[in-house]
Amino acid sequence: MSSSPLPSLPDERGHFGQFGGRYVAETLMPLILELEREYRRAQADPAFKAQFEDLLQHYVGRPSPLYFAERLTDAVGGAKIYLKRDELNHTGAHKINNCIGQILLARRMGKTRIIAETGAGQHGVATATVCARFGLPCTIYMGAKDMERQQPNVFRMRLLGAEVRGVTAGRATLKDAMNEALRDWVASVSDTYYLIGTAAGPHPYPELVRDFQSVIGKEAKSQLEKAEGRLPDLLIAAIGGGSNAIGLFHPFLNDESVRMIGVEAAGRGLDGPDHAASLAGGKPGVLHGNKTYLLQDDDGQIIEGHSISAGLDYPGIGPEHSWLHESGRVDYRSATDEEALDAFQMLCRSEGIIPALEPSHALAVVRTEAARMRSDEIVIANLCGRGDKDIFTVAEALGVDL
Amino acid sequence: MSERLSAAFRKNRAALVTFVTAGDPSAEKTGDILDALVEGGADVIELGMPFTDPMADGPSIQAGSLRALKGGMTLKGTLEIARAFRGRHPDVPLILMGYLNPALAYGPHFARDAAAAGVDGLILVDLPPEEDAELGGALRGEGLSLVRLATPTTDRNRLPAVLEGASGFLYYVSVAGVTGTRAADTADVAEAVGRIKAETDLPVAVGFGIRTAEQAADIARIADGVVVGSAIVDLIGENAADPATAVRNYVTKLSQAIETAA
Ligand SMILES: Cc1ncc(COP(=O)(O)O)c(C=O)c1O
Repeated sequence: MSSSPLPSLPDERGHFGQFGGRYVAETLMPLILELEREYRRAQADPAFKAQFEDLLQHYVGRPSPLYFAERLTDAVGGAKIYLKRDELNHTGAHKINNCIGQILLARRMGKTRIIAETGAGQHGVATATVCARFGLPCTIYMGAKDMERQQPNVFRMRLLGAEVRGVTAGRATLKDAMNEALRDWVASVSDTYYLIGTAAGPHPYPELVRDFQSVIGKEAKSQLEKAEGRLPDLLIAAIGGGSNAIGLFHPFLNDESVRMIGVEAAGRGLDGPDHAASLAGGKPGVLHGNKTYLLQDDDGQIIEGHSISAGLDYPGIGPEHSWLHESGRVDYRSATDEEALDAFQMLCRSEGIIPALEPSHALAVVRTEAARMRSDEIVIANLCGRGDKDIFTVAEALGVDL
Repeated sequence: MSERLSAAFRKNRAALVTFVTAGDPSAEKTGDILDALVEGGADVIELGMPFTDPMADGPSIQAGSLRALKGGMTLKGTLEIARAFRGRHPDVPLILMGYLNPALAYGPHFARDAAAAGVDGLILVDLPPEEDAELGGALRGEGLSLVRLATPTTDRNRLPAVLEGASGFLYYVSVAGVTGTRAADTADVAEAVGRIKAETDLPVAVGFGIRTAEQAADIARIADGVVVGSAIVDLIGENAADPATAVRNYVTKLSQAIETAA
C-alpha cells in the first residue's frame, strides 16, 4: 500500500477511478445535476447538518453503541471483537441513516413525492418511516418475489402509509424494482425524489449515501478511542450494494494501519451461478446509472444474484467498492448461505443478539479472521441490522415449521 | 454522417423511422420484419439491441427484449442481422439502439464490427454527453453517427452539451417518460422542435407515444422524422405466426399518412 493518502473521490464528474459516473437517460440528467448542486449547498449549510444530527440523535437513537462482545471473543479465541450496533436504530438497520439525510435533501429541493426500491424491505420500511415523519406520500417498488418472501415488511410499509407496488417485470426481484423505480422517475421528474437505498446509482448518489452512512464509522472511531485509546486493526462489514460497509470504512480509509474486509454473499458457492458476489464473480459494466462490477454473462446481460439474505442479492455493488477493490485498499471476501447461518446462530447464543442475515455474512468472516489474530488486536464488525425480519427464512433453512 | 442517413432526411417529406428489437421473436423472423418495414415505406431502421434491464422502456419494448433474449439473441447475433440486412438493402440506413452494457461487454472491437456490418449509427439510451468518453470517440472514429436524445427536460442551458458530438440526427423524446406511454401535445412538440432547430442543422426526429397514422401525420408536419417503436413491437407480440405481414400493413399506413401530410 502506498503511504500517500488516497485521493478524495469521487472526482467532479462522479468517478471513482474508472467506476461510478452518470449513465442515465437524458430525461434524468438535468435532475441529477440539480441534485448535485443542492447537495453541495446542503453540505455548506450548518442548519442542514444540525437538523440531520438532531434527527439521528432523537429519532433514530444515535449514537449506536460500540459493544465489546466478550463471549463471542472468547468463543472465537483471538482478537477482541467489537460490534457496531446499528441494529438498535429505529427501524432496525442502518438504512435509516441514509433516509434521514435524503428526505432532508428532497425537502430542500421542494419535492412532494418520494419513490424508492427495496429488496428485503428494510430500505422500504426506512423510507416509508421518514415519509410518514415528514408527511410526504411515497411509493415503494418491490419485486413480486421479494414481497412473498418478506410479507411482514410489506405490511409494515403499508402501516406507515406507503404504497407498495409489486414488480413483475424481469425476474421480479431487487434489480427489477430498481428498474421500475427509474421508470417511474423518468415520468415524474418534476415533483418526485428518488430515494436510493444503497451507495450505488448515478452520481451523486454513491457519494451522498456514503456521506450519510459515514456516521457509523465516525462514531465507531471515537467510541473505540474512548474504550481502548487506539484505532482498530480490522473492520468487517457485509456488502449488498455496499452502504453499511462504506459507512463504516470511509472514515478510516486514510488510517493505514486499519485493515478492512468487505463480505459479499457467496450464496450456494462461488463455483456455481447461485451467488451475489459481484467482485468475485463479475466484471465491470454499466447498470442503474453507474459503472461498477456486475454479475453478467458474456453478452453483457445481467445475471440475477442469489443469497439467503434478500438484502444482499443484488447483481452489482457500489462503485466506490469497485475502486477500493482495484486499488487494493479493501480486501473483499465472501461467505456462503451456510456460513452465514452458522454465524447467525453463534451470535444468538453467545451474545443474546439476533442479527439480520446480512451482517451474519460479516460475522462469518469475523470468526475466521479474529481467530487468526492476537488477543491484543481489535476487530470491529458492523452489526447493521437485526434479525426479526429473517426468522421465517432462518426457520425454513433450519427445517423448522413455524 | 453516412450518406445513407443524410439521404433519408433529404426527401421532401418527413422520414419514417421504425424500431424493432433484434431477435424478436427470432433471428430469422427479424430479417422478414426488417424487409417488411422497408417494403412498407420506412426510411430509417432502428434495430434494438436486447438487454435484460431496459430501464427507459415501457412494457411493450421490455416484452420484446425479453422475447429476443429468450430466443438466444446476443449482440453478435444482432450484428449478423444487420450485416444480412445491409446485403439485401444497400441504401436503407440502419441504426442500432439500446443500452451501453452489451456494447461494453462485446469488447473494444464493437465500433469496428458494427461499422463492418453496415451499421450507420447508434443510439445509446444510457450514454449521456457527460459519459461520451466511454464509447463516443470509438464510434465516431469508425464513421458511425452517435445519435443523441433531447427531452422535455433538456433546457436551453443544457441543449448545447447534447448537440456537441451529436451526429446523424437528433432524436427528440417528446414525453418525459418511458417508451410506449401517452403521446405528447403536438403544439408543445412543435415549440420544442423549433427551439432545437434554432441551435442545430441536424434533422430532428420525434418519437415516444406515436401510434396512429393521424399522430404520425401531425408530427410529420412539424419535424424531420417520425419515430414509431412500441406500436410495431406490440404487433410483433400479437402476431407471433406472421409478424411481417402485420408490420408491413401497419407501416404502409403510416408512410402513406406521412406522404399525404407533406
Ligand atoms: C440489514 C441490512 N444490511 C445490509 C444490507 C445491504 O445493503 P448495503 O450493502 O447497502 O448495506 C441490507 C439491505 O437490505 C440490510 O437490510
